[in-house]
Amino acid sequence: MKLAYWMYAGPAHIGTLRIATSFRKVHAIMHAPLGDDYFNVMRSMLERKRDFTPVTASVVDRHVLARGSQEKVIQNIKRKDKEEQPDLVLLTPTCTSSILQEDLQNFVNRASQDSKADVLLADVNHYRVNELQAADRTLEQVIKFYLEKAEKDNSIFSKKTEKPSVNILGPCNLGFHVHHDIAELKRLFKDLSITINTIIPEGASIDELKKLPQAWFNIVPYREVGLLSAQHLEKNYDMPFISTTPIGIVETANFIRQIQTLLKQLGQNVNFEKYIDLQTRFVSQSAWFSRSIDCQNLAGKTAVVFGDATHTVAITKILSQEMGVRVLVAGTYCKPEEIWFRKEISKYCEDILITDDHNLVGDIIAKLEPSAIFGTQMERHIGKRLNIPCGVISAPVHIQNFPLSYRPFMGYEGSNQIADLIYNSFTLGMEDHLLEIFGGHDTKDISSSTLSNENIWEIEAENELKRIPGFVRGKIKRNVEKFAKINNLNKITLDVMHACKEAGNMQ
Amino acid sequence: MNIEQGSLINSNSITFECETGNYHTFCPISCVAWLYQKIEDSFFLVIGTKTCGYFLQNALGVMIFAEPRYAMAELEEADISAHLNDYMELKRLCTLIKKDRNPSVIFWIGTCTTEIIKMDLEGIAPKLENELGVPIIVARANGLDYAFTQGEDTVLAALAQTFGKKSTTSDNGTKSENTPNLVIFGSVPNSVVYELGNELKTYGIEIKGWLPAKRYTEFPILNEKDFVCGVNPYLSRTATTLMRRRKCQLIGSPFPIGPDGTKAWIEKICSVFNKPTPGLNDREEKAWKNLESYLKLLRGKSVFFMGDNLLEISLARFFIKCGMSVYEIGIPYLDKRYQGGELALLEKTCKEMGTFLPVIVEKPDNYNQLNRIKDLHPDLVITGMAHANPLEARGINTKWSVEFTFSQIHGFTNAKNILELISKPLQRQTTFKELGWKNYHTLV
Repeated sequence: MKLAYWMYAGPAHIGTLRIATSFRKVHAIMHAPLGDDYFNVMRSMLERKRDFTPVTASVVDRHVLARGSQEKVIQNIKRKDKEEQPDLVLLTPTCTSSILQEDLQNFVNRASQDSKADVLLADVNHYRVNELQAADRTLEQVIKFYLEKAEKDNSIFSKKTEKPSVNILGPCNLGFHVHHDIAELKRLFKDLSITINTIIPEGASIDELKKLPQAWFNIVPYREVGLLSAQHLEKNYDMPFISTTPIGIVETANFIRQIQTLLKQLGQNVNFEKYIDLQTRFVSQSAWFSRSIDCQNLAGKTAVVFGDATHTVAITKILSQEMGVRVLVAGTYCKPEEIWFRKEISKYCEDILITDDHNLVGDIIAKLEPSAIFGTQMERHIGKRLNIPCGVISAPVHIQNFPLSYRPFMGYEGSNQIADLIYNSFTLGMEDHLLEIFGGHDTKDISSSTLSNENIWEIEAENELKRIPGFVRGKIKRNVEKFAKINNLNKITLDVMHACKEAGNMQ
Repeated sequence: MNIEQGSLINSNSITFECETGNYHTFCPISCVAWLYQKIEDSFFLVIGTKTCGYFLQNALGVMIFAEPRYAMAELEEADISAHLNDYMELKRLCTLIKKDRNPSVIFWIGTCTTEIIKMDLEGIAPKLENELGVPIIVARANGLDYAFTQGEDTVLAALAQTFGKKSTTSDNGTKSENTPNLVIFGSVPNSVVYELGNELKTYGIEIKGWLPAKRYTEFPILNEKDFVCGVNPYLSRTATTLMRRRKCQLIGSPFPIGPDGTKAWIEKICSVFNKPTPGLNDREEKAWKNLESYLKLLRGKSVFFMGDNLLEISLARFFIKCGMSVYEIGIPYLDKRYQGGELALLEKTCKEMGTFLPVIVEKPDNYNQLNRIKDLHPDLVITGMAHANPLEARGINTKWSVEFTFSQIHGFTNAKNILELISKPLQRQTTFKELGWKNYHTLV
């Protein structure tokens, strides 16, 4: 057992559901107790989806516990097949079903005989893999299944496209700024005259999977999800892949150069150097910004970076090589990526932290007192407590990290966004610091703005007042005092407060 | 009080249906969110998996960052396969909790996983309690058996078995032993405790204590024959435990939600204690008058409850009294005995208001419900967040049902909060409608 208050990566089934719901016309059926379909809430709230999330539960209750699911799972699969007519039904095990050890594969086999949709059992073990690993595996599983199927019925597109083309593997919903990144990647490839063959799984239909092999190469923009699929395609279809993440000026250039090398090997005479140079110096603002006098202030400033492997590595490199910031610690909660993480980043930071314990991260930040933190929502809250500014650079995130406006992290526009994020974090820190030195311009004390001070608050009433959230407390205090004054009461008791509330004067 | 089963078959009475139970709701472990805040000296340990933890952390949002007094005992593979000893593991974690937080009581919340692997929490707790010197209460608030607010029911039922047992100690002479006392059960914010207590005080009734109280150490003493009364519609197990195990007398009444419910609740309690209630009608009338601005907007509007928190019947009854009509009351679980008073009032209210009787659908099927919503096109659907945005995109007003659980809704004055909640989606007049943008779902 582990005492845990917070976790960075979710349970395995979340990863599977993220893949399933990213495809079009795929329905996931969770073998889970009531209440485990919280994923639907997250997708509907965070991504503000207009469509019903195609996830239903085949509910595990007492009866199932006593007698097994029996026909229940099969019935549910058949029912969804009729109601929604999906291309694929993905049966998703949860922590509960993995200890029940029912033969879910058997249910899948039987259900697939009668349903139009294909039926698959997501092959993930709740106790061995987390959300991200599960997403990676499920994506590979689905791709593998449909490629094999296409090979069998000879519908596979094995001939390469005429012009250079690419598959983007891994972007899926509830990812950090994923939609904006996809748009930015599309733009980048358009500039390079490379066609995008497919983007899997976000927004793709199952039908598109058989087109995968016709692309010239694959890219995996996020290290955590898509790598297994890319490796599978490399092994079985001889497709090369690039797993460099194009976040930051230097890494984007690196990414483009790798594509250039690859295309040259495939017999294309391309030269992207001029494009890189032009974009870096004039189209994107961030390289010039790093050079500008403002950024001198950042030199030698300290930061701690923590998040998933992809974003932590990218941001650490930007801070260190593009902004001249000293990264005291760079860390990730993606334990399986440890080797890659260390290799990528050891040059750019003073220390490396691999943990999924947020308390440890908090303690280290408190000890080091960096001028800014770049991390997840948890680090943002750590920062709040310690009065250190924080820029959010990685999941897990809140709804405000699903912005409506265009906020890619990748490519040249992404580098602009990140430069703003970094710079704003540090200036805010500086401003705060100056304010403290000069006494500040805002006091949180509520007593200063009252109408009169002749009212006497009884301890009990005052305690009740303290319970009211800070942002409205001042207003309520004033209203109660006004109420007391009107009614000629010079002592505010709990009763007076309630009388005031009843008169509708609290707010 | 109880509805005669026979009278229900009549077409003038409420229809009860039961569907597949394929509906969306919160896991009952979510009760720790409000209970840890209510019981100030408690610590809640949820013994479950990452799935439980993920739900809590996401459902409770920012609360999680406020150093809450709850945590997960996250089960790992070695726990599941019994390679580790449950007792030793729990001892290790609880010792740590005691050292760091020094709570007056630790609640163990059992989950689906502890049920399936049959972890003997009830067996381990007393042993550990002795060793640590901290009371440990075990509540099985799992998704196999319960929905959302029923989590509170399991915790209070567990508490009901033991709290305030010593009736012979330190007689302060304040209470005479022969007159039965009144204990109210149900977790409500302290200001509601104060308010409802005051209402009863007006008629000379003293509430001896609340289950739960602000602190575990302040829980009231409970004797046999004492009267108990619930404030929340989802506390049927607690009620049963108090009646059967503690030999208390349950005052069955509608719940103090809405001015009508509050009046009926007070009236019922007063009638049990033989106290007249002069001025209570005026009190209710005044409360309704204060709501008039909302009522203007709400009259004639129709509501559909998809059902997820068991407050549905009380809310529907209140809404009908407000002049609305209710098509369907979805509800996870209905205890017709415990909710008997409420059901009777619902029926009475419908007749009084001249509106049709709603269908009550236990264990609803969300998919079927969505089809019915499509046909009926109600003015307001009260539903979980999983369906709210997709319904809005289809031009249907929604209110997120969970907000009723986290708002102050009891008593005369808080009725306003309830109506405020449901008025918002109906009031939200934007110019989009005039521009013809109602549908955000299909391309036209």
